[in-house]
Amino acid sequence: MENTISEQPSEEHLQAETIPESFSEPISDTAFNKFFLEVASLTSFTWRFFKEVVKPPYEINELMKQSFLIGYKSLPLIGITGFIIGLVLTIQSRPTLAKFGAESWLPAMVAVSIIREIGPVITALIFAGKVGSGIGAELASMNVTEQIDAMQVSCTNPFKYLVVTRVLSATIMLPILIILSDAIGLLGSFVGVNLKGNVSSYLFFSQIFQSLSFGDLVPAFIKTIFFGFAIGLIGSYKGYNSYKGTEGVGKAANSAVVFASLMVFIIDMVAVQITSLFQN
Amino acid sequence: MRRMTINATSLKAEKEDTQNDHIVVRMEHLTKTFGDNHVLRDINLVMNKGENLVVLGKSGTGKSVLIKSIVGLVEIDEGNLFILGQNISQLNENELIEIRKKIGFLFQSAALYDSMTVRENLEFPLRRQVHKIAKEEMNSLVKEALLNVGLANTIDLWPSELSGGMRKRLGLARTLILKPEIILYDEPTTGLDPITSKEISHLILDVQKKYNTSSIIITHDIGCTKLIANRIIVLKDGICAAEGSYSDMENSSDKWIRSFFE
Repeated sequence: MENTISEQPSEEHLQAETIPESFSEPISDTAFNKFFLEVASLTSFTWRFFKEVVKPPYEINELMKQSFLIGYKSLPLIGITGFIIGLVLTIQSRPTLAKFGAESWLPAMVAVSIIREIGPVITALIFAGKVGSGIGAELASMNVTEQIDAMQVSCTNPFKYLVVTRVLSATIMLPILIILSDAIGLLGSFVGVNLKGNVSSYLFFSQIFQSLSFGDLVPAFIKTIFFGFAIGLIGSYKGYNSYKGTEGVGKAANSAVVFASLMVFIIDMVAVQITSLFQN
Repeated sequence: MRRMTINATSLKAEKEDTQNDHIVVRMEHLTKTFGDNHVLRDINLVMNKGENLVVLGKSGTGKSVLIKSIVGLVEIDEGNLFILGQNISQLNENELIEIRKKIGFLFQSAALYDSMTVRENLEFPLRRQVHKIAKEEMNSLVKEALLNVGLANTIDLWPSELSGGMRKRLGLARTLILKPEIILYDEPTTGLDPITSKEISHLILDVQKKYNTSSIIITHDIGCTKLIANRIIVLKDGICAAEGSYSDMENSSDKWIRSFFE
């Protein structure tokens, strides 16, 4: 459209100047609408995932490959952090419990903390940082370099091949990683207990198992499935819908971690509420 | 929203294309808009069998959109698109896939899969499109494709280990491995030095001669155009502004058209 500069400001121009900038912006540009557009887009992406996941052909080989990359390759990081969490929690809790003469409750307290809350949440956050950002950056870079288009031209459904496999792998592998992380965390706690005492492994672990109930294990396990799903889905969503250009890759990786971490806390909050409803 | 006009004229055109099997792509009144940007306004184009059709035009005139619409990467708003005699708007998903199998696409960036080796990049389209292919047959097809583009000794390398020219050649090998009838090239020589550009241009010509392929080539490279073009189309503001041979365009009475060849 041709731009014209008139010497006298028009009536509409004068009216526009008196309206605050935030009100004169088009409705679609407001942060409020952007938020709802993003939610709608993520909902449609999730719906597409559920449609594609049941529709053959199934990408079993790619699912196995992604499970190896997402699960097995995350094991050292998850293992080390799990051990440190168990060890540090034990060392930090000992003086407080000792004040009340409740030092013998240390294994039970650490076990309940690790299995119910700290293990799943911290492992999920580390997983979001490693896997969520990895998926986001990988898919965004594939988008930028036209690899996703190339896949489509090769008569391959890129959503099924790239997104469905990654989301499923994250959903399957995170609960397994959290179980391993919890076990390693308890081992770290055993080491922590024995730094300033002499507790046999039999006594330590029998105290742990006595203190844990079905109500501690099952809700904690179920929420990890949702954590894995949310991290895989958000990483894939951010990468698959990234803007073209290298800036888009960085933004996709960054927002995947931020958004996935936030979702972990939201899911955890909801899970705690639901669990307490049943326990009461 | 996609709106395709299916009328007596389009049915007649489909019948004509089926009878005259020398027409491989026919576009009728093709329109594509992104927001307020009318990228393609009213494109009418015919590509004949075995022909190298070069599309020239300034950046942003819809050249890439034009070829992406042929493989379905971009959905057209209005008009009719016939590929190998079939109106693609009337085909179901499976029929569309069958049509797409006959079309190869060389992307501007070559679009090699970074997480796969050269061999796996070439095996990927075979695994996806040719069901129950024997390992020996796949091996020989991969080796033949690499030999065709002069990259026989790169089979176990990663794409990141290849130069720009090698990546383009590998992209072409991946496109050729399924022996497509139509090849679409999106700026095949962009970002390459003059010698490598010439090599790629000769490769495009060799492919045309060896496999009798029909190609649409989007390029800004006039040297490449002179070497490979059987016919040239110049796009301006979303419409075909001129059409003809290289010498027709070079001697055009329109100064703007001539400016491409100076």
